[in-house]
Amino acid sequence: MKKSIIVIAFICSFIIGSKAQPLPAVAQSEPILIMNATAHIGNGKVIEKALIAFENGKITIVDNVQTSRIDMSKFKKVINAAGNHVYPGMISMSTDLGLVEIIAVRQTVDHTETGDMNPSVRSIVAYNTDSQVPPTVRSNGILLAQITPNGGRISGQSSVVELDAWNWEDAAYKFDEGVHVNFPALFSGGFDFLSGGFAQRKNENFAKQITELEQFFSEAKAYAAMTSPSPKNLKFEAMRDLFSQKKTLYIHANLVKEITEGVLFGKKMGCKTVIVGGRDAYLVTDILKSNNVAVILDETQALPARVDDDIDQPFKSPAMLKAAGIPFTLSVNGHWQQRNLPLMAGQAVAFGLGYEDAVTAVTLEPAKILGIDKTVGSLEEGKDATLIITEGDVFDMRTSKVKQAFIRGKEIDLTNKQTDLYKRFKTKYDRLGGK
Amino acid sequence: MRPNMRFFIALLWAAVILPPLSKAQKTFPQNGVFDERESLFAFTNATIVKSWNEKLDNATLLIRNGRIEAVGVGITIPKDAVVIDVKKKYIYPSFIETFGNYGMPEIPASTAQRGGGGFFGREQFVSNKKGAYSWNEAFKTEFKAHEVFAPNDKEAEILRGVGFGTVVTHQLDGISRGSAAVVSLSDERAHTSLIKPVAAHVMSFSKGTSTQTYPTSLMGCIALLRQTYLDAQWYANGGSKEEKNLSLEAWNALQSVPQVFDVGDKLEALRAAKIASEFSKKFIIKGRGDDYQRLNELKTTGSPLILPLNFPDAYDVEDPIDALQVALSDLKHWELAPTNPSRVAAAGIDFALTTNGLRNKADFFKQVQKAIEAGLTEGDALKSLTATPARLFGLESDLGSLDRGKIASFFISDKNIFAKDAKILHNWVQGRPYVLSDLDKVDPKGTYNLTVGNQNYVLSLGRGENTATKSGDSTKAKLDMTVLKNSINILFTPSGEKGMIRLSGVVENGNMSGRGQLADGTWVNWQAEAKGASAGNDEERKNTAEAKKEELGDVIYPFIAYGRKELPKSERVLFKNATVWTNETDGILQATDVLIEGGKILQIGKNIDASTAKTVDATGKHLTAGIIDEHSHITVARGVNEGAQSSSAEVRIADVINCDDINIYRQLAGGVTSSHILHGSANSIGGQTQLIKMRFGYEPEKMKFENWPGYIKFALGENVKRANGDGGVSSRFPITRMGVEQVFDDHFTRAREYLNAQKAGKFIRRDLELEALGEILEGKRHITCHSYVQSEINMLLKTADRHGFKVNTFTHILEGYKVAEKMAKHGAAGAGFADWWNYKYEVYDAIPQNAKLMQDAGVLASINSDDAEMARRLNQEAAKSVMYANMDEVAAWKMVTLNPARTLRVDSRVGSVKVGKDADLVLWSHNPLSIYAKAEQTYVDGVKFFDRQEDVKMQDEIRKERARLVQKTLLSKKSGAATQPVQRRTQRLYDCEDEDDEMR
Repeated sequence: MKKSIIVIAFICSFIIGSKAQPLPAVAQSEPILIMNATAHIGNGKVIEKALIAFENGKITIVDNVQTSRIDMSKFKKVINAAGNHVYPGMISMSTDLGLVEIIAVRQTVDHTETGDMNPSVRSIVAYNTDSQVPPTVRSNGILLAQITPNGGRISGQSSVVELDAWNWEDAAYKFDEGVHVNFPALFSGGFDFLSGGFAQRKNENFAKQITELEQFFSEAKAYAAMTSPSPKNLKFEAMRDLFSQKKTLYIHANLVKEITEGVLFGKKMGCKTVIVGGRDAYLVTDILKSNNVAVILDETQALPARVDDDIDQPFKSPAMLKAAGIPFTLSVNGHWQQRNLPLMAGQAVAFGLGYEDAVTAVTLEPAKILGIDKTVGSLEEGKDATLIITEGDVFDMRTSKVKQAFIRGKEIDLTNKQTDLYKRFKTKYDRLGGK
Repeated sequence: MRPNMRFFIALLWAAVILPPLSKAQKTFPQNGVFDERESLFAFTNATIVKSWNEKLDNATLLIRNGRIEAVGVGITIPKDAVVIDVKKKYIYPSFIETFGNYGMPEIPASTAQRGGGGFFGREQFVSNKKGAYSWNEAFKTEFKAHEVFAPNDKEAEILRGVGFGTVVTHQLDGISRGSAAVVSLSDERAHTSLIKPVAAHVMSFSKGTSTQTYPTSLMGCIALLRQTYLDAQWYANGGSKEEKNLSLEAWNALQSVPQVFDVGDKLEALRAAKIASEFSKKFIIKGRGDDYQRLNELKTTGSPLILPLNFPDAYDVEDPIDALQVALSDLKHWELAPTNPSRVAAAGIDFALTTNGLRNKADFFKQVQKAIEAGLTEGDALKSLTATPARLFGLESDLGSLDRGKIASFFISDKNIFAKDAKILHNWVQGRPYVLSDLDKVDPKGTYNLTVGNQNYVLSLGRGENTATKSGDSTKAKLDMTVLKNSINILFTPSGEKGMIRLSGVVENGNMSGRGQLADGTWVNWQAEAKGASAGNDEERKNTAEAKKEELGDVIYPFIAYGRKELPKSERVLFKNATVWTNETDGILQATDVLIEGGKILQIGKNIDASTAKTVDATGKHLTAGIIDEHSHITVARGVNEGAQSSSAEVRIADVINCDDINIYRQLAGGVTSSHILHGSANSIGGQTQLIKMRFGYEPEKMKFENWPGYIKFALGENVKRANGDGGVSSRFPITRMGVEQVFDDHFTRAREYLNAQKAGKFIRRDLELEALGEILEGKRHITCHSYVQSEINMLLKTADRHGFKVNTFTHILEGYKVAEKMAKHGAAGAGFADWWNYKYEVYDAIPQNAKLMQDAGVLASINSDDAEMARRLNQEAAKSVMYANMDEVAAWKMVTLNPARTLRVDSRVGSVKVGKDADLVLWSHNPLSIYAKAEQTYVDGVKFFDRQEDVKMQDEIRKERARLVQKTLLSKKSGAATQPVQRRTQRLYDCEDEDDEMR
């Protein structure tokens, strides 16, 4: 006990000791016009010399500089972005960003609740807007994130946040939009000392575990049919909207049979289903397509699942899903790693995905999955002015420089703890005379 | 027959003709009347397979008092001999099991007590065994098999049943398992069955029941073996005056007998042989059955092998999706494992066969059959079970053939023992018979003409279902038959009739006759005359063997997917019109040609004319030096950390390179040509590291970077103080950064004293740990130190200054940017992640501008992986410094090529495109710093190890080979072969912190 108090005190001290967060932005006060950039709309279209205007946080004009006939005088603030690119703000999917600060420090970890069936658990209330991590993510162009709990069979509910806020309530863009199920695993087992590797046997309880899950869902569904149930069951209450498809059922599954059984499970339960993980999804595109199930493709900068696989399989999977007509998004594992989302998109482009398709995969497609595409996810009139201006191709680390970012028209501070430390120690060496 | 029945019959025999149990034990008192006999037996008219290459027809074997008195044709049989006519039968010298634990005490199976700590556990630093024995509990050298040997007839019976008469037995426990004894499989007292008390010293790469923490890794085990050889020498040369050590005494005493080493796979076999050669020893290596996968290298070692017959069952591949989980290497091994003995034999390697590794030892002949079908000659099979084991263990004067004066251990079979349906009838051990089946046992087999009264039938017996067919009819009637000694009872309902015919009679000279009763109660006489013997099956086997041979897949190197049948060779190649990133003062050269030959860069320039060279059109492409990863843990076998102690300077990654790692190939595809394989970071002074070249397919020794000065891994911070365990369970010093300094101060003080003593010519115990540290003090070994925060970096710099050594590299150095000027002053290089942070507290201040700040302050900076996946995208990681800190592109590129080459002191060989340097080159599709860049071709020493177009072809070949093997597997299952469920095997990927005990 004493020890943990000391540790907590210790952690508080360093958090307080470091520089405070960049200030949350102030609301858009005047209309802003971005001119001459190459605009990647997010729906597959590109405007070479674009003109994008936004006011009160909403995009008012998306047009071509040459053909547009707007009244420029209306805009006191004009950004000439010639040679630059504009993209919709990217969206991180299925992440514990803000739920964890330092993975190895237990006291800072809030992503996994104990117990198996936790549909009522809500990630949003633990989302830490003062975490040092989101500022390092948004400075790479990611402006929204689906904050997602882990663990158990049913982990809980995710919410969508904007990465600039005073507290979680301000941050929330869409509350409790989905329930996350870790689908039963087809293989289980552990380390095999003889082969020096992991040797897993088929999970004999695979079917049984799915049946158990079906049982739980069936009861929740029956419960949902009642208008004023008694006794009140909070777990089932949390699942109520799954059956009216107001909430999405996120099924985390990677192997072929896990994915296909997961799709059939969602269908049987009458839920709007999305597969998360989907490492083998490229092998079963037909069933995904016929059931109109989208895939949140996990970590494509990964090793192939099997020794015999195409060594580039994970890099190629996005292009293969696209070719098969499966709606998909890219997603990165972990919290700080979210800043590499654009690079993962670039990797997919290198391995066959069309560039604008890659843009869609990290902007409009996630917005659709999250059910927020009416207001965000692409550069279209009437949508939020949640966008970034970059000096070069945002998917290529060789060229990417995010110059400005706006969330609902608010220009956000792109500095972060790391840029501050960089500055601080640059100063040190400048004082030493440099080299 | 049930085993206990057999036993019962054996007892009957004993009662009739055998000397009493205590005969050989002269020292024992006798309760009752003495019954001493000569035990003289003559086996006549036999086909005697005297030795693996000498067969006598119609010969006699004479044995007396458990020894062979004579063997040959036309031998005079003494009048007092019991004559046993074994006409048409075969006599073989009985087999010798070379790797058994027969008669050894059971090893407690409780694993609960096991596991001496680890990352989260409490360590056991020294042996728990009482007495003046080795400090390490896995060294049980003092164990003597002969002292605890107790005959165990239940076990013996199983082995006798498959032709064995003798076992080299030991306790399968520990790294040094003590001595093995040679014992017979007789059921007499140990006084008789113990043939040779100390026959071998047995070792392994497994701790067994030791609960001690050290070693937790294979490299620790090897280091410990090495140190033990030295300690034993020291002990013999005078060390015994300083300490009494019974294990070392036993070790020295055992050096004159054969040394047997049990290994887990073919690469471990090479590792064992390497230890042997270091100490001018030769081990008999007991393999795992995959020896054929590295046959040439094994042959070079000159080690005899003991081969198991543990051929794997086929996998259940009926579901194509599930079958994806079965690796090509597993499918191929299933097909090729039975060819292991014949391939070993064809390579001219001395070998013995063992039953070890068989789930059911009674299957022994079934497995030998498979090996023979796969090409092993019967002669080689017999030799490997008789003459070779006898020779390997110095038993030739007693065993291994049927010669005068040798022990009378032999068996009698009804036919050639390697024929498919051959049966062992008797197994005589030291002149005592064990009867498995009567020699003249009635066993009607074949076709008989049966006459019952006036009705004729044709009987078919002993081939599947027994049947009776009425003459002139074609309908077969099922027939029941019982045989008791010579009496026979037959029962059947003739086709078309209702009642049963019951016959009773005897078998004599192969024919049968007797009395019977028809269904209506009429008594009749009956006779059955044999029509002819059953056909041999040797021909049949030959045919299957030939059929099998045709469809076998190739052995590939390495033995995994993407392995090649032939290793690629160095080529003369001209790259035309490339954008060349020289990393030299020339910078980036446009439209330039590069010619390589003999593994070196020969020429760089415009319009090079090299008509004989293979030309690669590199227009629009970028040619660079290969990527060098300063920090990697791929290709490590069984444990990346030897973390039981705060210093493990004695362990060497070089000992445990695993060349069968698919990540070598995957990283070649990411442009990596050299990789620095490090010990983990579990302790302050880790193990010696190894720089490898990514020569995919080569054996471990040939992957090593030649003439490379040695390096060693150090570590600081949370890992070494075990901060991320669960609540400070560890009792290993240190648990604070304060203590870490003490570890260095202490060890370098001792190392200095060691060097001084050595220089002064004092008698000292050679200590491999202190020697490695001494090499650091002498500037011969270089440090790469895992470190994160500025306080500890500065601490090590100051410690180094005090003790007079240099820190070559700070690896993981994520706070290097805070003390870069101190590092630069010391001359330490920095290597780190591009953008990792926040996975633990000590990386909370890590920033992606670190490399840039270090570089600007004059530190030689590199970007490394510590991750099997990221290593194949190190070009991208380097580019992150362009993204986050506007680093110049060439400077960024050097962070994964020339800078690590300099850091690793191999820049005279690699790291830039310069005439005379190694042709370690990568041809990129784009600017290599771009996310869109793909390595199209990767060369190491001018050998093209990766080619993106070839890769597409290989994928196709892999698919085809899998399909062929799957079809074959399915057929095998259809024909009744055993199968095993699909397993999902994933290769172990290490990072610094992995510290499982992999020595079990």
